[in-house]
Amino acid sequence: MTPEWARRREQVAEILERYPERRSAIMPLLHLAQEERGYVAQEDVEAIAEILEMTPAQVESVASFYALYRRRPQGRYTLTVCSNLACVLGGARGLVEHLRQRLGVEPGETTPDGLFTLQVTGECLAACDQAPVMQVNGYYVHRAVPEKVDRVLEALRRGVPPASLADRATLPGEAAAPPDGASAGTGPGPSQEEASAHGRAL
Amino acid sequence: MAVPFEPVLTAGIGRLALEELEVYESQGGYQALRKAVRQMTPQEVQKEVTDSNLRGRGGAGFPTGRKWSFLPNDGRPRYLICNADESEPGTFKDRLLLERNPHLVIEGIMLAGYAIGAARAFIYLRGEFRQAYEVLQRALARARERGYVGRRVLGSDFSLEIVVHRGAGAYICGEETGLLSSLQGGRGEPRLKPPFPATSGLYGQPTVVNNVETLACLPSIISRGAAWFASIGSPRSPGPKIFSVSGRVRRPGNYELPLGTPLREILFEHAGGLEPGRRIKAVQPGGGSSPILTEQHLDVAMDFDSVAQAGSMLGSAGVIVLDDRDCIVEAARVLAEFYAHESCGQCTPCREGLHWAARVLRRIEQGGGRPEDIEVLQSLPSRIAGRTICPLADAGVGFLSSSLKYFMDEYRSHVTLGRCVQEAYVA
Repeated sequence: MTPEWARRREQVAEILERYPERRSAIMPLLHLAQEERGYVAQEDVEAIAEILEMTPAQVESVASFYALYRRRPQGRYTLTVCSNLACVLGGARGLVEHLRQRLGVEPGETTPDGLFTLQVTGECLAACDQAPVMQVNGYYVHRAVPEKVDRVLEALRRGVPPASLADRATLPGEAAAPPDGASAGTGPGPSQEEASAHGRAL
Repeated sequence: MAVPFEPVLTAGIGRLALEELEVYESQGGYQALRKAVRQMTPQEVQKEVTDSNLRGRGGAGFPTGRKWSFLPNDGRPRYLICNADESEPGTFKDRLLLERNPHLVIEGIMLAGYAIGAARAFIYLRGEFRQAYEVLQRALARARERGYVGRRVLGSDFSLEIVVHRGAGAYICGEETGLLSSLQGGRGEPRLKPPFPATSGLYGQPTVVNNVETLACLPSIISRGAAWFASIGSPRSPGPKIFSVSGRVRRPGNYELPLGTPLREILFEHAGGLEPGRRIKAVQPGGGSSPILTEQHLDVAMDFDSVAQAGSMLGSAGVIVLDDRDCIVEAARVLAEFYAHESCGQCTPCREGLHWAARVLRRIEQGGGRPEDIEVLQSLPSRIAGRTICPLADAGVGFLSSSLKYFMDEYRSHVTLGRCVQEAYVA
């Protein structure tokens, strides 16, 4: 057991307690590893195998099934662009193109400064009314048109945490900003008309 | 004389911070749970739900009370799972409830857990829903403090703990046996049914899997009664329903309306209609898996039976709209690539067939289509659908087979011209 995992003993015990059977803890333990390191390393696989009394190959088999477990180091911020149907209609292709230009990387790559990893997912991110959409480390950026994306990138570079940039799910007509106004200067999103005009223009 | 419909599940969202326990309580929150554990037996709760005619909101539309009734009375521990793995393309209703009205979902879980006598409840939460995860964890902590969740709920003999289990990016885990496999610590690979989860589910024990929105209907059923719920919308599919509308409408979003509201009303009165001069080309009424409908179907009542009669399915009620400038081949390719990627790989027709469909569609879209590709596409759906363990394969050819039916000319001209007749309007 690595010192890191030894330090997590209490957290691990709390996770194991949630489940009637030990093996169910594999996904939360993989999440725990990834939250702390940014990806799941070989030593994490081995530690989890030891905790759960499984073989590393069994842990590997589970980890490799799920898209969100990364097996290589990622940038500090992973930008995940939705490319399912509603976002394609709403301008996902233009969003990917904009990010490629701004960051100078292809999907799957990380910027040389280690700050940003660009990902494009075919999985619908469940924000279709806000297309085009991306997530920053799991936090939503709705109506991600170039001006807004630039503001988000700039804020992230300044060290603003992605959580404080996040857009919440809203009902139609509801103001997009969270009630405490903590939208970190990204300003109101563009209207759907603007967003789709952007989509079509590209 | 119809009573005007008032939203039930989304009432207060945007006006009130319902994610705060005190705010939720001020709107009558947790009164249904109080009523259930203090004044009703579990059987009475179950009967109320059965009588309400509530049908599952995850896609299949199976009557919830009947699903519960399949649990055997053999003394084994029972499990309740809230399916919050919302990942059907075009669907974003559960995310709204989880982020903005989490206590409604928690109260629904506690009611269902009480009715079926669950030993433990799990929320299988989509891995991508980090914000919902944070909201839920906070809401659960508050609900535990107040005695709504955990040991001896509201001083009664009923105890139930809720565990949030995060997924990690696999569409197939929304399928209930894939979900169970995932929750047991395995790859999210579905298995054949029977046995159904009711008799052999989580850890081989009797298990109920209910969708977020289904569970969110329970507090109002218990508070206002089965008759009230059953009087909303279509008699055979009653109750409030959140329609997620996206694509080429002017006001995309979640609209809570009675089940059975005509598709035309949803699109034109609520979602703002199309941009001026545009016409509806195709509508997926029930998420990316549902066969398309066209302009001729706009008067269909959006309930489980009527949409099925029109040749599609209500599914998750994620309504995706394409207009007359959109390329049908591109839309088919986007969805085919998604389903091909999400195939778990167990069944050959799905694993190989969906990739093949995606490849052929990509070739046509990029101008390299061959005349025989049309016949290949036509032959694929019947060789893929219905030949696999789970419904992902059928879902993966829903758009393809239905669009071939309505837009064969467009597929053919795409092959002949080597480009889109729509002049590539799609970004």
